Amino acid sequence: MTNHWYMLTLIGEDKPGIVAAITQALFEQGMNLGETSMLRLGGNFTIMMMVNGVDDETGLRERLEPVIEAQGMCLHIDPIKARLHEHLLPNIQVTVSGADRAGIVAQVTAALASAGFNVLDLESDVAGTADKPVYIMQIAGVAEVSVEAIEQALETLRQDGVDVNVSPIETYIG
Amino acid sequence: MAILDILTLPDPALKQVSEPVAVFDDELRAFIDDLEETRRNGPAAVGIAAPQVGRFQRIVILDCSTTRKPVPNHGRLVLVNPEITHWEGYEMAREGCLSVPDYTGNVIRATRIHLVARDPQGASLAFDMEGYEARAAQHEIDHLDGMLFVDRVVSRRTDLFKRKVYQKGGKIK
Repeated sequence: MTNHWYMLTLIGEDKPGIVAAITQALFEQGMNLGETSMLRLGGNFTIMMMVNGVDDETGLRERLEPVIEAQGMCLHIDPIKARLHEHLLPNIQVTVSGADRAGIVAQVTAALASAGFNVLDLESDVAGTADKPVYIMQIAGVAEVSVEAIEQALETLRQDGVDVNVSPIETYIG
Repeated sequence: MAILDILTLPDPALKQVSEPVAVFDDELRAFIDDLEETRRNGPAAVGIAAPQVGRFQRIVILDCSTTRKPVPNHGRLVLVNPEITHWEGYEMAREGCLSVPDYTGNVIRATRIHLVARDPQGASLAFDMEGYEARAAQHEIDHLDGMLFVDRVVSRRTDLFKRKVYQKGGKIK
């Protein structure tokens, strides 16, 4: 086994069996999975996964080709540093909702970045209906500054009618 | 006093159901002192349960008095044979565990509970707990029943709409 890690990005139209087919192919070629994110975005199934094992980038691509084709997926590969076992603990969460319009994510995250907030996890959905789409976003991250300072950074967005909630995350360890 | 070894996942002993304490003696109290020292030694541990150090008796310690933002709490509590007799509301928050290093996840717990227990001398205790402290008690009592928080982790994404609907759920009488 080599110590090289790769991030595989796979995207395709959602249908049952994608994860099983891809991970079985990786297992059969002696690859090991690290952390992964697999979820449906709109009608697409998206996979990002850390892998390491016997194959290098060329080997991975060659051996995954048949299953990728059968599943109708696109594959992208990047060499990465694994840095496992270094989870950062989020201490602030931000939830945002409002009528969908261009720029919500950019404005919220720019305000957060200006307060030194580091995004660890951001999930956003388009809810509502096609006529009246609603944008809903949840962000968990780390900041040195207080919840109040984050609130202040987001104040102008509130005045623009975006519903923003900031709350501390007090992780219980026991 | 001694710092005890902590069992970690996937040790099958963590799935064991613990027995009630029947004898409240000096040996029990000496163990509780060790358990407390072990809790204090754990990175940022708020609570600890006896089975986490391989003693399968219904004993937990929690101390919710040291959060960054103060929360309602009863100070440091040693709870022997704790039992939750009433649950109300539910809410989601992040938990981690000395027995599951480098992992945290969101768990749904009751917002308010009533709890009865014994102290290390065997005297009766009763508490109404809410929020973070109620969460602490539920997390630790789970250990006594062989349950880890990883068995209860939920996705933020899945829970979003529930939270919207039941945001005030904890306040329903």
